[in-house]
Amino acid sequence: MSNSEKKRVVITGLGAITPIGNTLEAYWQGLMSGKNGIGTITAFDASQHGSQIAGEVKGFDPLDFMDRKDMKRAARFAHFAIATSKMALADAKLNITDLNAEQIGVMIGTGVGGIQVMEDQQEIYLNRGPSRCSPFMVPMMIANMAAGLTAIQTGAKGPNSCPVTACAAGSNAIGDAFRLVQNGYAQAMICGGTESAVTPLTFGGFSAARAMSTRNDDPTHASRPFDIDRDGFVLGEGCGILILEELEHALSRDAKIYAEIVGYGMSCDAYHMTGIAPQGEGAARALRLALKDGNLQPTDVSYINAHGTSTPANDPNETAAIKTVLGDHAYQITVSSTKSMTGHLLGGSGGIEGVAAVMAVANDKVPPTINLTTPDPDCDLDYVAGTSRDQTVNVALSNSFGFGGHNVTLAFKKYE
Amino acid sequence: MSDDILGKVQKIVSEQLGVDEAEVKPEANFANDLGADSLDTVELVMALEEEFDIEIPDEAAENISTVQSAVDFIKAKAA
Repeated sequence: MSNSEKKRVVITGLGAITPIGNTLEAYWQGLMSGKNGIGTITAFDASQHGSQIAGEVKGFDPLDFMDRKDMKRAARFAHFAIATSKMALADAKLNITDLNAEQIGVMIGTGVGGIQVMEDQQEIYLNRGPSRCSPFMVPMMIANMAAGLTAIQTGAKGPNSCPVTACAAGSNAIGDAFRLVQNGYAQAMICGGTESAVTPLTFGGFSAARAMSTRNDDPTHASRPFDIDRDGFVLGEGCGILILEELEHALSRDAKIYAEIVGYGMSCDAYHMTGIAPQGEGAARALRLALKDGNLQPTDVSYINAHGTSTPANDPNETAAIKTVLGDHAYQITVSSTKSMTGHLLGGSGGIEGVAAVMAVANDKVPPTINLTTPDPDCDLDYVAGTSRDQTVNVALSNSFGFGGHNVTLAFKKYE
Repeated sequence: MSDDILGKVQKIVSEQLGVDEAEVKPEANFANDLGADSLDTVELVMALEEEFDIEIPDEAAENISTVQSAVDFIKAKAA
């Protein structure tokens, strides 16, 4: 399909459940005020673990969004997705009816799905045998169930799927949804990422991989992207959802338009399971492809919501990738990692960070990187250290990179 | 004893299926009246096995479709 035949796609609704707020407004307020969402783990006794801190979602009641039976048969990552999707649809004032249901789809990514369910059932299996395993184990656990249940709960009968590209999953979901609307396969998509993996096994595995911060005595300063004293990522949980809509469809119903999504770039390092290709070579290709896809020049970029995990390896390599693609312009823009406040939501991160990037475009404000007191010498861009900033944001990019070498960049542009 | 069994079954059914205990009448059919699907039914039978410390074979479970039939089965096992 040539560019002229492709449809323009805009964002008409947003929703978020995060460690710093359980609505879009609370999340954005939290980002603007540099709120910290990290604390000592309450979900389980983590005293035997190397990392004992996380960005947990507080005060979320699934019953505000579904009845008790539906709650009981869904895992927390799916609760987040259902609730966030309903909030995003309400924000978009998009009603799903018999007339449009088949034209509205769902694309929600996740890294590990219902891993808590698997851990609980494994314990039952080992202690009491296979006959005591729940018939709901498989449907609750499987990663695609956030997308499946969101369709059941909203009535969206269109295209429905679930990328599982680790920490890139949420951004892949938004990009894939973009392609579906752009090419006429759906008029609107509920898309983003969700995660709830604050579980003993997850922490065991990531700790063994030496990926997590062990700043257990000082959790609020543990997620410190681009800082010289960073020592790993802090796991977060939550969900971010965008309503993507074909422009004419949005205009015909006088929908509020936050921004336009114009570019989707993806690549693979083809290098290492968990390591990053030197100088962020793969990430640079994703960035370049997103710009090309959106007919953008490097100088068009105003702001980048970085992957910025606060791991020793990610932050300088991502910085190098940005400089490779933007050249001198890299020093003229702002780059921030909102993971400094929310922690790293794995497959959910692309969702909430997509929301942040869109809000930056819509509001001409950029969120800060908190806890950045002494920049790593290899991280020499303007990371909006400490406090948010007013800035014209015509084009915002959102980066997400996942184990497996998956690199995704999304490009959002002011709608005009 | 029998009243106890009915009461316990009603409570379990109410909890498992997310319905009010008042709706869980003896003649209520799990699927038709209380909205249970096939997965709910399996889980319900497991919960009854736990509560009454009995084993309900699959063939028997197929015939347990109402609250009363569950009570009758449990009574017969206990007798």
